[in-house]
Amino acid sequence: MLKRVLSAACAAGLAAGLATAALQHVTTVPLILEAERYETAVLDGWSAPEPGLMTAVAAHGDAAPGHAHGEGVQAHGGGDHAHGGWSPADGLERTLATTVATVVSGIGFALVLIAVLLLAGERITARTALAYAVGGFAATGLATGVCLAPELPGSAAAGVEARQLWWIGTAAATAAGLYLILKTRHAAALPLGLALLVVPHLVGAPHPDGYTSTVPAEIAARFAATSLAVHAAFWAAVGLGVGILWQRGEPRAAA
Amino acid sequence: MAKMFASAGAPVSGTPISSAQAAGASRAEVLRVALVAGVFGAALVFFTGFAGADVLHAVAHDWRHAMAFPCH
Repeated sequence: MLKRVLSAACAAGLAAGLATAALQHVTTVPLILEAERYETAVLDGWSAPEPGLMTAVAAHGDAAPGHAHGEGVQAHGGGDHAHGGWSPADGLERTLATTVATVVSGIGFALVLIAVLLLAGERITARTALAYAVGGFAATGLATGVCLAPELPGSAAAGVEARQLWWIGTAAATAAGLYLILKTRHAAALPLGLALLVVPHLVGAPHPDGYTSTVPAEIAARFAATSLAVHAAFWAAVGLGVGILWQRGEPRAAA
Repeated sequence: MAKMFASAGAPVSGTPISSAQAAGASRAEVLRVALVAGVFGAALVFFTGFAGADVLHAVAHDWRHAMAFPCH
């Protein structure tokens, strides 16, 4: 059974990942590249301190994102973003890197989705997998996006670990809350589920004190809306892929 | 699609059963498989979305921004 789970998740993740990578190539990636032009323009007018100091700043992360990125931009001469280390060159290499990351993520999301469907005792069909994928989007896309909107490079942000912790907690709490509300009948399920949906937003995500981005707000707004749509399409592709590919294996496995 | 699902081992045809039952898996096996799949899947998402290593961050950079994974 594990083999079947792995093969369905790998195939679904590969298909959804490739489709979503292609979608990113024409939607979010051009906006990221555009934003990096603004970021680079600011940095060009800024005299860089010695490289050793910049590496230290970059290693510490994110006190001043625009500046912390400076080392990477100047060292690699492109719209580059790593914290001072290697990063894929713009063009084919960068597209391939994004594609690999998207496919690996897709397989990961597909595995988690199948695990939840099995634990919930569902029949895994295109319909059920898509329904759970919608829940997944609400958890990882909508709930987290309320407090941590999708950001372009160059935006100010609080410490990355604190935001990651909030993100993971919020996604998990939202998924659990939705499951309690939609799939269980216990009397306490509704209030407990609602609490799980709301509490992360009462706690609130860590935020910076000010704003530093030099990217026009119009581009940032377009990026936020576009990336949520890409996120939704990604989940939908993973859900459909899991349901269809699982069904394809059904007669053989059941025989 | 429901017909595709009908399994030879199902006790009553037409009764909605879970995919786990259709595969003839015991509850313990379902738990084991779901745990392995869930942990492995979460690890893959962690590496592409959250891991701090510079190389992983560089490769997944545009994807992390697109998914609004906290990045920088």
